[in-house]
Amino acid sequence: MIRKNWWKLLGLLLVLYSVIAGLLIKVPALPVIHQTIRNLFYHVPMWFAMFIMLGTSLVYSILYLTGFKMKNDLMASGAVYTGIFFGIMGLVTGMIWAKFTWGDFWTNDPQLNGAAVSMMAYLAYAVLRGSIDEVAMRARISAVYNIFAFMLLVIFLGVLPRLADSSLHPGKGGNSSTMEGLDLTMRWVFYPAAIGWIIIAFWLLQLHVRKRKLTQDLTKYN
Amino acid sequence: MRETAELIYKDFMLEIRQRYAINGILLYVFSTIFVVQLCFGRIIDEKTWIALFWIILLFAAFNAVSKSFVQESSSRRLYYYMIASPFSVVVSKMIYNSLLMVMLGSLSLGLFTVFMGYPGLYAALFVPAFLFGSIGLASALTMVSAIASRTGNNAALMAILGFPVVLPLLLLLVKASQKSLGGPVGISEILTLLSAIILIDVVVILLAVILFPYLWRD
Repeated sequence: MIRKNWWKLLGLLLVLYSVIAGLLIKVPALPVIHQTIRNLFYHVPMWFAMFIMLGTSLVYSILYLTGFKMKNDLMASGAVYTGIFFGIMGLVTGMIWAKFTWGDFWTNDPQLNGAAVSMMAYLAYAVLRGSIDEVAMRARISAVYNIFAFMLLVIFLGVLPRLADSSLHPGKGGNSSTMEGLDLTMRWVFYPAAIGWIIIAFWLLQLHVRKRKLTQDLTKYN
Repeated sequence: MRETAELIYKDFMLEIRQRYAINGILLYVFSTIFVVQLCFGRIIDEKTWIALFWIILLFAAFNAVSKSFVQESSSRRLYYYMIASPFSVVVSKMIYNSLLMVMLGSLSLGLFTVFMGYPGLYAALFVPAFLFGSIGLASALTMVSAIASRTGNNAALMAILGFPVVLPLLLLLVKASQKSLGGPVGISEILTLLSAIILIDVVVILLAVILFPYLWRD
């Protein structure tokens, strides 16, 4: 069992370590953010996991269009749903952080608006899937839209914030990157947290896909 | 190439013959701009002018482009499927819709100037941004319309799918127009904005051309 599922254990341990160590280690005392800097260990990994999940779904969508195997469609849509979950988690943790550093749950920041709109694009993917009855056509058309949605995600989170005049996020709108300012002890928590959450995301994806496969089989036999 | 030209000609003839569609859009543009004039009066600050201009143009574009695939019945699509390649179908639709968008945009620019005055936009930035933006909006909406036409409730989906797809372009266009308000703009700034708009255009058109064959077949 361990030989097959070691990566799940690793993910759990990394997340557990990062949650505990993230609250215990000494963080640099910086103006404005103060202790809220610890949210870096919980907020940023959500986006990493979301990006990886949506990237995975892009790969499976392209695979679906090249071979039309239903298994790839299942993976692609499952990865989108998992990605949406992590995106919403990222938005929520970010909003809590924003309340305590910038004073409001929502600010008119290009990064925030981009994240919200790309979440909308992926929620539209869910609506699109719901509105097509025929299984093969649903798979094909949602795969096409998924490729578009990923392009939007890259534009919204990668291109537009960098073109913006001002941003509250590091690395955007002329601000310096986070990684330059991150001190060594924080890196020792941040990287394990990111890797741990990405592993958890893959685990969630596996469970989600497995469950949907089982319900599909059930409806087939009934 | 011939095929594409023929298909554009066909779309054009279709528009001329069923004049109610284009007339409806023109009347829509006219009446919204008129309502804006009634609500805001002639004196309107420049930022509001730009925001209203792009919002009205966006909704006109939604109306104009959404019918491009939706209006085609499935039997007619089957007919095109036999005689034309998917490449020329999608390219012809994109070119035709881009022309329609540029036409609608110039018309609403004229109407805005008549009803609410001209805010003095810097042409060297505004005109190319407007042209490339229209091409991008039309191509993106063409692709969304192709997706929406294959589903059950295409009117609602057109709005849901189209909104995030056109938003990056719309934001860039509003930004470019606002920059062009303050008189001459530096060449490097013009190039940054235009290259971002053109980049999105190219990506959208490439994706549309690559992916359309998958939407096309049954």
